[in-house]
Amino acid sequence: MSDKKEVLICGEVKGEKITTITKELMTTGRKLCIDLNQPLSLLLIGQNIQEAANEAILLGADKVYTAEGASWVESFPEHYVSIIADICNQTGPSIILFSQTDMGRDIAPRLAARLGAGVCLDCIELAIDPDTKSLLQTKPVYGGNAMAVWASTNNKPQVITMRPRTAAQAEPDTSRKGEIVPVALDVNNSMIKGKLLETLQEDVKGIRLEEAKVIITGGGGIGGKEGFQLIKELAQILGGAVGISRVPCDEGWMPAGHEIGQTGHMVSPDLYIAVGISGAPQHLAGCSGSKCIIAINKDPEAHIFKEADFGIVGYYREVLPVLIEKCRNLLA
Amino acid sequence: MDIIVCVKKIPDPEIPPAKFKLDMESKRVIPPEGIPPVINPYDEQAVELALRLKDKYGGKITVLTIDNDADTSIVKHALAMGADEGIVLADKAFEGSDSFSTSHILSQAIQKVGNFDLVLCGRQAADWDEGLVGAIIAENLSLPLVTLAEAVDVVDGKLKVKRVTLDGYQIFAVPTPAVATVSNEVGQPRLPSGWGIISASRKQIPIWKAGDLDADPSQIGAKAVRRRLVKLFIPVREKKCEIIEGETTAEASVKLAERLRKAGVI
Ligand SMILES: Cc1cc2nc3c(=O)[nH]c(=O)nc-3n(C[C@@H](O)[C@H](O)[C@H](O)COP(=O)(O)OP(=O)(O)OC[C@H]3O[C@@H](n4cnc5c(N)ncnc54)[C@H](O)[C@@H]3O)c2cc1C
Ligand SMILES: Cc1cc2nc3c(=O)[nH]c(=O)nc-3n(C[C@H](O)[C@H](O)[C@H](O)COP(=O)(O)OP(=O)(O)OC[C@H]3O[C@@H](n4cnc5c(N)ncnc54)[C@H](O)[C@@H]3O)c2cc1C
Repeated sequence: MSDKKEVLICGEVKGEKITTITKELMTTGRKLCIDLNQPLSLLLIGQNIQEAANEAILLGADKVYTAEGASWVESFPEHYVSIIADICNQTGPSIILFSQTDMGRDIAPRLAARLGAGVCLDCIELAIDPDTKSLLQTKPVYGGNAMAVWASTNNKPQVITMRPRTAAQAEPDTSRKGEIVPVALDVNNSMIKGKLLETLQEDVKGIRLEEAKVIITGGGGIGGKEGFQLIKELAQILGGAVGISRVPCDEGWMPAGHEIGQTGHMVSPDLYIAVGISGAPQHLAGCSGSKCIIAINKDPEAHIFKEADFGIVGYYREVLPVLIEKCRNLLA
Repeated sequence: MDIIVCVKKIPDPEIPPAKFKLDMESKRVIPPEGIPPVINPYDEQAVELALRLKDKYGGKITVLTIDNDADTSIVKHALAMGADEGIVLADKAFEGSDSFSTSHILSQAIQKVGNFDLVLCGRQAADWDEGLVGAIIAENLSLPLVTLAEAVDVVDGKLKVKRVTLDGYQIFAVPTPAVATVSNEVGQPRLPSGWGIISASRKQIPIWKAGDLDADPSQIGAKAVRRRLVKLFIPVREKKCEIIEGETTAEASVKLAERLRKAGVI
């Protein structure tokens, strides 16, 4: 174990580049490092990760551990638990940071159990208590109705996942220097009994929700498949993506992959138009970071109006055709 | 196939936000008046998934809950849906447990039940929204784990588990026994049948105490927690919504488009 503790980020790579969500994590990690006076390390596992490792240094990593191996989407998750536990046992990090992604939410709990560490998923803010130096972890609870602040009670490492869009992305600085440390994988896999058979990543038609600047979301108030035509039309005119709440997902009006909220996509577009959506906390959890929220709802008492910047009280079938027409004219 | 499902009682997560109250002093949520607690929705879906497997392959479903009031209501709900046995774990020593202690207690109970092919948990309890217990149980028992399961099948003596991902899915093969956490994509849980309700109400539900389990006293209850709650609060929203009005809805809609254009959002 090294004598100086570090903050370790478990990074994710896509197309040989550091993902935007990992860049956000680097901002969060850097802030903790300053408060703790510890270096920032980043771990990358996968193939062809050298370029991403160089990029990570420019983004602020003091050290990048690279482990050549199968990428996340090609692995049985427990392999990753073993690899990361092994590296943590060698390097002794104080904090291990993941994003609340497919990978983070799967691995972090089991990793924490293996390391005897503390763990908290889906944090939106982290801070170091100036007196005790313990890690203060803020996370939404009760579906987003409340926030809890937890403090670690031991000096074991803390395993954290951060909710996406809770920090700005780290910016590259070409003058930065750092060290790349290849780690040999010496993991005993005989105990790992599961196997990945197949991974399917749906081809997202149009714009990915996470990257969309405009999102039009339809909810239970849309009443059926056919009403989504209007939603799609508005999205097309505004160059945006289509989202849904839980109700259209459960009812099968739209594919589940469009769901926004606590258990779906977490988005923060410039413009979020919520149509026929009541504004349940579990839904708002996924969109409250949007710059401008517009609510279209027939019920003036609907909770969504408490979260929106602009609203229209009315039936969507009366609002959307006019809105579509007017936007088309304005943007022509 | 013999399945153990862990179920938790929580305050109804779908109450209107205005009814959600907490006491900041004691850092507790105040149960909403007149709205009874429910089985965690993901756990109800875990029971549903277990029942689908039982419908197809036979076997026995046992539900476990830790409930310090020794309340049997949600276990009875699962039995009424079609589960076979239910056990409530209740002891003063369990109070104040965190996710690790909860997992330790459940792991010991699972071993005491014995003979199982699959343990199902919800993906998270919709009160604290942790999403930890299933994975910690898998680690405690050294079993393979698949999180966010949508469907489970048996192929060549192994479990074939479909895991939901943000942009698609993954399919894993795991030998039994295994642990899976269940996501909402499982779909609507079945309603208890009339006969199910009657037979559930007649069923004896054993209460297991700490002494009935081979639990390590240093790993359970408030003294074992790895973190402490510093603060619990309802976030304040500063937004003020401007309702766009008009003689007609159409007029308001036109105004909205113009406002958005002016504000530079479109
Ligand atoms: C008075 C009080 C004090 C607390 N103090 C602390 C504290 O000091 N530190 C701390 O970290 N936490 C504390 N907690 C929260 C703590 O109780 C855990 O968060 C919780 O019990 C563990 O489950 P979870 O909700 O985290 O489960 P999750 O990991 O979200 O649950 C996943 C799944 O595990 C299963 N499961 C979870 N709980 C049960 C159960 N009781 N019975 C059967 N199956 C279950 C279910 O299948 C569930 O879907 C406190 C809670 C209360 C009410
Ligand atoms: C554990 C848990 C997790 C959850 N996770 C999520 C999640 O990730 N994402 C999510 O979205 N939900 C989630 N939910 C569900 C959530 O609590 C709400 O039930 C759901 O968001 C409600 O969807 P809705 O507002 O679209 O529909 P409804 O509640 O049916 O509301 C419909 C709204 O449309 C309005 N309306 C009706 N007709 C019209 C019309 N013609 N024109 C205009 N307005 C109309 C109504 O006034 C109403 O406000 C979760 C719930 C639980 C318990």
